[in-house]
Amino acid sequence: MPSQNRVDATFTDLPLQRLADAALQRTTDFRVQHADFRLERIRSQDITLRDATLEGASDQERLGFAVRVILDGTWGFASTDVLTPDAAVHTAEEAVRVAQVSSPMNSERIALAPEPTYDDAVWVSAYDVDPFGVAMPEKIALLGDWSARLLGADGVDHVSAALQQVQENKFYADSAGTSTIQQRVRLYPVLEAYGTDAASGGFDSMRTLAPPVGRGWEYLTDTGWDWDAELAELPQLLAEKLAAPSVEPGRYDLVVDPSNLWLTIHESIGHATELDRALGYEANYAGTSFATLDNLGSLQYGSPALSVTADRTVEHGLATIGYDDEGTQTQRWDLIRDGVLVGYQVDRRMAPLLGLERSNGCAYADSPSHIPIQRMANVSIEPAEGGPSTEDLIGRVERGIYVVGDKSWSIDMQRYNFQFTGQRFFRIENGRLAGQLRDVAYQATTTDFWGALEATGGPQTWVLGGAFNCGKAQPGQIAPVSHGCPSVLCRDIRILNTASESGR
Amino acid sequence: MSLTPQRLVEHALDTTRSDGCVVLLSASTNANLRWANNTLTTNGMIQRTTATVIATKDGAEGTAAGVISGSATSSDQIAELVEAADAAAAGAEPAEDAQSLASGDAAPDWAEPPERTSIQVFDEFAPALGEALGRAGGANRVLYGYVEHDMTTTYVGSSTGLRVRHVQPSGHVGVTGKDSERTRSAWVGQATRDFSDVDALAIESELARRLDWAARQVELPAGRYDTVLPPTAVADLMIYMYWSASARDAFEGRSVFSRPGGGTKVGTTLSSRRMRLWSDPAMPGIECSPVVVAPRSTSELSVFDNGLPVAPTNWIEGGVLRSLLQTRHSAELTSLPHTPAIDNLAMTVDDATGSVDDLVAGVRRGLLLTCLWYIREVDPQTLLMTGLTRDGVYLVEDGEVTGAVNNFRFNESPVDMLDRFDEAGATVPAFSREWGDYFPRTAMPPLRVPGFNMSSVSQAS
Repeated sequence: MPSQNRVDATFTDLPLQRLADAALQRTTDFRVQHADFRLERIRSQDITLRDATLEGASDQERLGFAVRVILDGTWGFASTDVLTPDAAVHTAEEAVRVAQVSSPMNSERIALAPEPTYDDAVWVSAYDVDPFGVAMPEKIALLGDWSARLLGADGVDHVSAALQQVQENKFYADSAGTSTIQQRVRLYPVLEAYGTDAASGGFDSMRTLAPPVGRGWEYLTDTGWDWDAELAELPQLLAEKLAAPSVEPGRYDLVVDPSNLWLTIHESIGHATELDRALGYEANYAGTSFATLDNLGSLQYGSPALSVTADRTVEHGLATIGYDDEGTQTQRWDLIRDGVLVGYQVDRRMAPLLGLERSNGCAYADSPSHIPIQRMANVSIEPAEGGPSTEDLIGRVERGIYVVGDKSWSIDMQRYNFQFTGQRFFRIENGRLAGQLRDVAYQATTTDFWGALEATGGPQTWVLGGAFNCGKAQPGQIAPVSHGCPSVLCRDIRILNTASESGR
Repeated sequence: MSLTPQRLVEHALDTTRSDGCVVLLSASTNANLRWANNTLTTNGMIQRTTATVIATKDGAEGTAAGVISGSATSSDQIAELVEAADAAAAGAEPAEDAQSLASGDAAPDWAEPPERTSIQVFDEFAPALGEALGRAGGANRVLYGYVEHDMTTTYVGSSTGLRVRHVQPSGHVGVTGKDSERTRSAWVGQATRDFSDVDALAIESELARRLDWAARQVELPAGRYDTVLPPTAVADLMIYMYWSASARDAFEGRSVFSRPGGGTKVGTTLSSRRMRLWSDPAMPGIECSPVVVAPRSTSELSVFDNGLPVAPTNWIEGGVLRSLLQTRHSAELTSLPHTPAIDNLAMTVDDATGSVDDLVAGVRRGLLLTCLWYIREVDPQTLLMTGLTRDGVYLVEDGEVTGAVNNFRFNESPVDMLDRFDEAGATVPAFSREWGDYFPRTAMPPLRVPGFNMSSVSQAS
């Protein structure tokens, strides 16, 4: 949904159209099949506090543009941060030269799926208060106050606080006539309290669950999260964790909270349904996918309770935008319906390979320096209409574990075998929570885990989580993405004890 | 209009209104090619100039800092950064890590222009790779890979007179090979400074040899195995351990290098082996910046330390933890010497000689790995790491590779491993599969680790 905000005048005042015209005009001299021009400004600000004292505060801005061409069926890409018409012409020539040097390696002619053209389209994300308009001392004071609340509590030895904020502006123009200007804002506040157990001498920490979001400064003051409540309960949760017994490894029923499950979705569904991975484009780096193209429409990915959508339009989503980085209007579509694989995430180059008439809008580059590649939409699990609460799900479990908050994560190169830990784990006995457990990790194979999904919670349990730092591609690119999900119940999952895994 | 990096630095230092100022100006060019399924997928030629302006303001209660980074090629752009940094410093609380700025003179090469790379750096490699792709395709092998060459020239200037220039060439190649059924997978990678030492056809031959090893495929269960880690896999683990060696984190009881009860483990024996983990900016083949470059303050970096020289440092020597990553501020906190982070890392084991093949020759029944992947911290207390084997786990019987084994998930601590390996080879250049794109300058020995903990089987192939 477009918001009432306007694109920053300091961005629209840049010579966007003039540079685009200079670059695109020059590419026509080489009879390219396609050319696009993308100018971006990415402002970010990072603040970290340690024990309520400022550790570091810095502002960064990336400003530059890129030219991408298809010449004789081969890509060419070049970028610069010199914002002059001469540099635009030179960069267009450079992109052509890159295509020429690369052509001996290319044996597959690149062709793009068609897309309607959009003339001077404007899109701005939904937020109330631009975080870059809030003064630094105000931000440090708020984080300092939150840190001091934790530090003043019994059992808290140290506190870290961090706030990342990003404002992303993109201007795109291509040889077909599309031209878009966009702006979006996101931020990620996080606090973590550290304590020690006097008995064992061991240490541990407890972190806030507040997810990163596509919102403005209001997220830290009065919209979208109850910070007072979360900060108030953190020290006690940490103390309980430090005193908790170590888990007995074995098989347990798990109730997984959205604050943990979003990352399991990200790794085992989000990445596995990227068509570039299924086709092998990431085989040398991020990896491939077990969910290969021959499985489309037939693979039983999980139980019938599992339905998953990809969405680049959900309000406040980190992967939400109006148009992707090759001019495709963003969409929402199915990846898994009633447990069966039914879709992939693609860009314009891959859409024809899947037999699609049109891309579903997943091209994204993390900076003006990088070529757009297929990146993840907001991949989310649908809640069960009229479905159970988290307490109801816990009530169905005789002996199990309730998993809250994400921590460690790892999955193999084909997205089969994963292992996750969390912020806190509660023992479930006869349908009730019975205190925390320590040293817990859950390990499973993707289709086994989702096959063991017995029930999803109702809409009242659904939370949009996410990450700023999803990595992919060479050269490495970072992308923000959200994942919404309800609480879920999975039966008979393998639990490890991480202390005994380390041989102690 | 565009200015030279030196002019941008001087313009910033001339216009700042703050009490002190440091400017970091990095001019980079980067060329890259990527391919999959024996054909090109992406490529790029990137040019960027980034300036970080650190303004410092003295006050009755201490010195504050304002830190602003941005793309900067014109005098207007650098002036905007300076103005923002001045304003940030003027409005900031005193910085905890405040120290006097490094002083000095202009280095002899200060006036030299940035060194650049171009897509033509691949003029010989690209046709050779084309030939290798053709040869692989003809033999039912499929290649996936990436090459990158980056030249970054960094200029550090300060209001205290320092003018340092450093040129960092970085490059690497990594190639994954699979059979046409995609049931066998192998990987070869290396770092390079200039691509003169990269031979596409030799890489293709080595991949063919490794894919042939997989002609016999053996299923093995999870368990603890006598395992040979090649230098690249040792780099995968040692780099993360190095990144976890913040002195302040250790001092505040948050890391594997914390002494239970308080303080750090500096002086504690971590390994009964005569091994050394060290960095040296002048290490041949993996030379790196001889001064601190800190675009922001963190637990192991301080903007106030910019431009200070870095000296060869033993992190672990004789098996004893000797140093942790320090700022001058954390050195005061911990009462330890100031040993800043250095952009390369080596491990050597006294009297160790021989190669991976020599270690393999001594194994009666065990595993030879290719590399590790998706390595993440599970428990900071022990530095327990989880991750996976990738692109080739080989069965060793009576000193010879006799087949390929399924992949595994491991759970192991690199710190524990330092005290457990029972054999090592000579230290050689090693490119980490997991972290090499971001930390390419490493030299490691192969290690043989008994009882390496393969926690479960991964079906990935």
